[in-house]
Amino acid sequence: MKLNVNGAERELNVPDDMPLLWALRDTLNIKGPKFGCGVAACGSCTVLMDGNPIRSCVTPVSAVSGVITTIEGLEKDGKLHPVQQAWFDEQVAQCGYCQSGQIMSAVALLTEIPNPTDTEIDQAMGGNLCRCGTYPKIRAAIHRAAGAGV
Amino acid sequence: MGRIATIARRTFLVGAVAIAGGVAFGYYQFKKPVNNPLKDGLADGEATFNPYVKIASDGKITIIAPRAEMGQGIMTTLAALVAEELEVGLDQVTVEHGPASGAYFNSGVLAENAPYASFEHSMIKDSFRSVMGAMGKIISLQITGGSTSTVDAFEKMRHAGALAREMLKGAAAKELGVDMATLKAERGAIMDPASGKSLTYGALALKAATIEPPSDIKLKDRKDWKLLGKSQPRVDMRAKVTGAPVFGIDVSLPDMVYGTVKMNPRLGGRMKSYDAKAAQAMPAVIKVVEIDCQFGHGLGVIADNTWTAFQAADAITVEWGEAPYPADTKTIMGVIETALNAGGGTALREIGDVSVEFADAPQDRLVEATYSVPFLAHAAMEPMNATAQFKDGKLELWSPNQGPTITRFVCSNMTGLDQDDITVHTTMMGGAFGRRGEMDFSGYATLLAMAADGKPVKVTWTREEDMKHDLYRPAAMAKFKARLGADGIPTALDAASASPSVMRSVVRRNMPSMASAPLGPDKSITDGAFNQPYGIANQSVRGIDVDLMIPVSFWRSVGNSQNAFFHESFMDEIALAAKMDPAQLRLKLMADHPAAAKAVEKVMAMSGWGKERPGHAKGIAFCLSFGSWVAEVVEVTDTADGIRITNVWAVADVGTALDPDNIKAQIISGAIFGLSAAMGQEITFSDGMVEQSNYPDYDAMRIYQTPEFHVEVHENAEDMGGVGEIGTPPAAPALANAIFALTGKRIRTLPLSKEVKFA
Repeated sequence: MKLNVNGAERELNVPDDMPLLWALRDTLNIKGPKFGCGVAACGSCTVLMDGNPIRSCVTPVSAVSGVITTIEGLEKDGKLHPVQQAWFDEQVAQCGYCQSGQIMSAVALLTEIPNPTDTEIDQAMGGNLCRCGTYPKIRAAIHRAAGAGV
Repeated sequence: MGRIATIARRTFLVGAVAIAGGVAFGYYQFKKPVNNPLKDGLADGEATFNPYVKIASDGKITIIAPRAEMGQGIMTTLAALVAEELEVGLDQVTVEHGPASGAYFNSGVLAENAPYASFEHSMIKDSFRSVMGAMGKIISLQITGGSTSTVDAFEKMRHAGALAREMLKGAAAKELGVDMATLKAERGAIMDPASGKSLTYGALALKAATIEPPSDIKLKDRKDWKLLGKSQPRVDMRAKVTGAPVFGIDVSLPDMVYGTVKMNPRLGGRMKSYDAKAAQAMPAVIKVVEIDCQFGHGLGVIADNTWTAFQAADAITVEWGEAPYPADTKTIMGVIETALNAGGGTALREIGDVSVEFADAPQDRLVEATYSVPFLAHAAMEPMNATAQFKDGKLELWSPNQGPTITRFVCSNMTGLDQDDITVHTTMMGGAFGRRGEMDFSGYATLLAMAADGKPVKVTWTREEDMKHDLYRPAAMAKFKARLGADGIPTALDAASASPSVMRSVVRRNMPSMASAPLGPDKSITDGAFNQPYGIANQSVRGIDVDLMIPVSFWRSVGNSQNAFFHESFMDEIALAAKMDPAQLRLKLMADHPAAAKAVEKVMAMSGWGKERPGHAKGIAFCLSFGSWVAEVVEVTDTADGIRITNVWAVADVGTALDPDNIKAQIISGAIFGLSAAMGQEITFSDGMVEQSNYPDYDAMRIYQTPEFHVEVHENAEDMGGVGEIGTPPAAPALANAIFALTGKRIRTLPLSKEVKFA
C-alpha cells in the first residue's frame, strides 16, 4: 500500500492491521512518534492525518485515509516550526519522550484555535501525558506560539 | 568509633557490593590514577585530555557527561562545569554520555548512603562519608542516583576543564615562544594579548594532549563564573523538540531484528509449561526463546518487527508457577502490619530517652497515628527496552540505563563473558525515576541476543509488561507517637517505619550469590524521618525491614517518598493537638537550622500563609532530602467535580544553585511526581499478580489538573545538595495537610483518592 508521510509517497508492505505507529517506526524508520501505551491513553504517538491529531498506536495502516504529518515534517528549510521554536524558547522538554506527541497536539490545537485560553489548552492537551511534569511550560509555550502566529 | 565501625561493616554498599565486585578495600586502589577510557576510541586527529574532554583538530570539542540524562538536565549542568573552566560556550561543544568506565565512579551516591542526617558533621562522620565515597572508585560504581550527580561532579569536572585549558595554554606558549602566564583562554582559543595572536583549541589539541598536566590548578572564583550559577539552554533541547531518535527505543542498526518478553506476572515465580505453536506459526516470527534468570522466568520472542513480536507474545499460552509472596494486597499489607506491631528494627536516630518521657505522659499530652502507603510503579513514558548484539564472542548493548558499569557486571555474570568483551552504550532515557537503575531489561536483551545468530535485537516491552514487571516503590506502614510539653512543643517522638528493604531486593537480583549475606540496616527504610532538622529533645526513629519477596527498588526520592508523608502528616497532627499553627510549630522546632527556617518563612510569605481565599485551604510540609532543604505549600479548593489543586509554592535551599531555571523545573517536576502518586496511584496484587496494567488504571497528573507553581531557590545552606528528587517528598504531605485544612478529614493512607475525589 502507499502512504503519504511528510510530503513523500512511501510504499508499505505490512499487514493491514499493523498500527500506523509501528509501520512508521520499524518499517519507514520515522522515529519521532513514540510508543508509550499502545491504547491511546498517553498521546506519545500523536501524528496528524490531514491536519487532525490521531493516535497512531491504535490506527491500523488500513484505516489511514489522508496525508500523515509526523514531527519530522514540521521543520521547513532547516527552520523550526513556530510551535517547536516556542517549545525551545520556553525550554519545555525534560526527558522529552512525550514531547513529539505534545507538539503535534499543540500544532493541531493552534490550527483550530489560534489563540486558545488555558481551559481550551487543558481540553486539547488532556490526552497527552507527561511524567516529568512539564505542563506549566507546555501552557506557556502554547501561549507563546499563539502570540507568534502559527 | 565502635558503633561507626559496626555500621560500616554491616552497611550494604560497603559490605555487599564491594565483596560481590571482587575487590577488597585498599589505600593503593583508592590512590591509583584512573585510566582514561576515551583513549581507546579516538578518531584520527582527535586528542583526549582526561576522561571528560576530547578535542579534534577540526575544532570539535566533546564533553563527556557520564550521568544518565533521563530528563533532569544533567548533561547540560555537567557540561557547564567543564566548559566553565575550559573557557568555551555550551554552543561550542558536543555532549555525550561516554562509555561505561570506572573512571566515572560516583562517590556522592555512597557518601549520601551514610547513615546520618546531611547536616551532621563531625570528624568521625565525615571520615565515614569519605571512606564510603572512596568505595565508589574502588568498585567502579558509575551510577546516576541519590540526586548526587552535581555534588559528585562539582570539583572533579571543573578540574577536568581547567586541566585541559592549562595544557592548551602550555602548547600555545611553546608555539608562540611566550610565557604561558601571559596567555588567555577564551571561547575555544588561546590568545596572546601582547601580540594579538590567537590559536584555536583545534589547532593546539594534538600537541597539548601530550603535555604533562600541571599539578597545581586553581579553580575560578564564583564571581568569575560565566556559565555556572546562570540558567543555560539545555544541550538536548533541539533534539527533543524535533523528535530526534535519541532514546533507547529509537536505536536502529543494520540487520536489526525486534523482540519482546513475556515474563511470569507472579514476580519471581517460575514457568511450568507453555504452548508457542500459534506464535511460531506467524510468518514474521523468527524465534521463541526461554528465559530463566535471576530477573524472572518466561519467554522472549524475536520477530521482523515490534508489533509482530507483541502479537506473538500475546498468542503464547503459559502455565505460570506460584509467586514467592502472599497472593493479594490485603495479606501483603498484613505482613507489613504484623512486622510493624512486632517492634524491634534498627534505630538510626536515638536521642535522649523516649521511654522515660512516655512512661509518665498524661493521656491528653499524647498524639498517636498510624499511616500506610501502597506499592508504586515508576511508569516512565518510554517503556523498558534495550538493544543487544552478540557476535564473535563480544556483546554490545545499547541501553537506556542509570548504571553502565553495573549493567556490564551483571551481563558478564549472566553470560560468562569477560567484562572487557562487553560494550555498553548509554542512550537518552524517556524518564527513569530509578527504574533504569535496574538491569533486567538489559539482561533480557542480552539473553535474546545470544539466541539471535549474531544479529542485533531490539527488545521492547509492552506497557502492560512494564507495569506488571516493575520493581516497585515498597509499600510501607508507620506508627508515630509524640509527647507534648506544657507549651505544646513535643518533648519526645517515637517513630517506627516498616517496609521491605530496597537494598536487599536489589542485591537479590543483581548479585544472587550475595542474596543471603547479612546486609545490615537499610537507611532508606527511615530516610526522610530519622534525619530531619527538628529539635525534639527525645527521639527514637526505627526502621523495620519486612521480609517480603516482592521486588522493590529505588523510586524518585526512595524512602523519603513515604517517610516525609508519615513525618510531615504527623507534624500537622501534633500542631492540631497543641493548638498551634503547623508552620509556626515547624519554625520553632527548626530554630537551630537557619536554612530550613528561612525556606519555611519564605514559602509562608510567598503563599500568603494564614490568609485564605474563600473556599480554599492550604497545607505545608518540609523535607530535608539529598542535602537540600525543601518547603512546599499546597492550596486546594472544592469544586463540583471534586477537589482541585490550585497553587503550589515551593522553596528549595540547595546550597549552591548551578542552574537556577533547571532547578526550578526539577522542583516542579518532583512535586508533580509526588502529587500524582498521592492523588491516585496504587499498585495492588491479586492471585500473585499486579492488577494495574496501563495508564487508564495507573494514571498520573494531567495538564487539566496541574496547579500554578511558584518556586524560589535559596543558597543559604552550607553544603551543596541534590536537585532531581527533592521536590517529591513534601508534595504528598502538603496535599494531605491541605485537604485536612479544607475538609477536616485526616487521611493517613495513600492514595488520597480512596477517601476524596479529585477534579
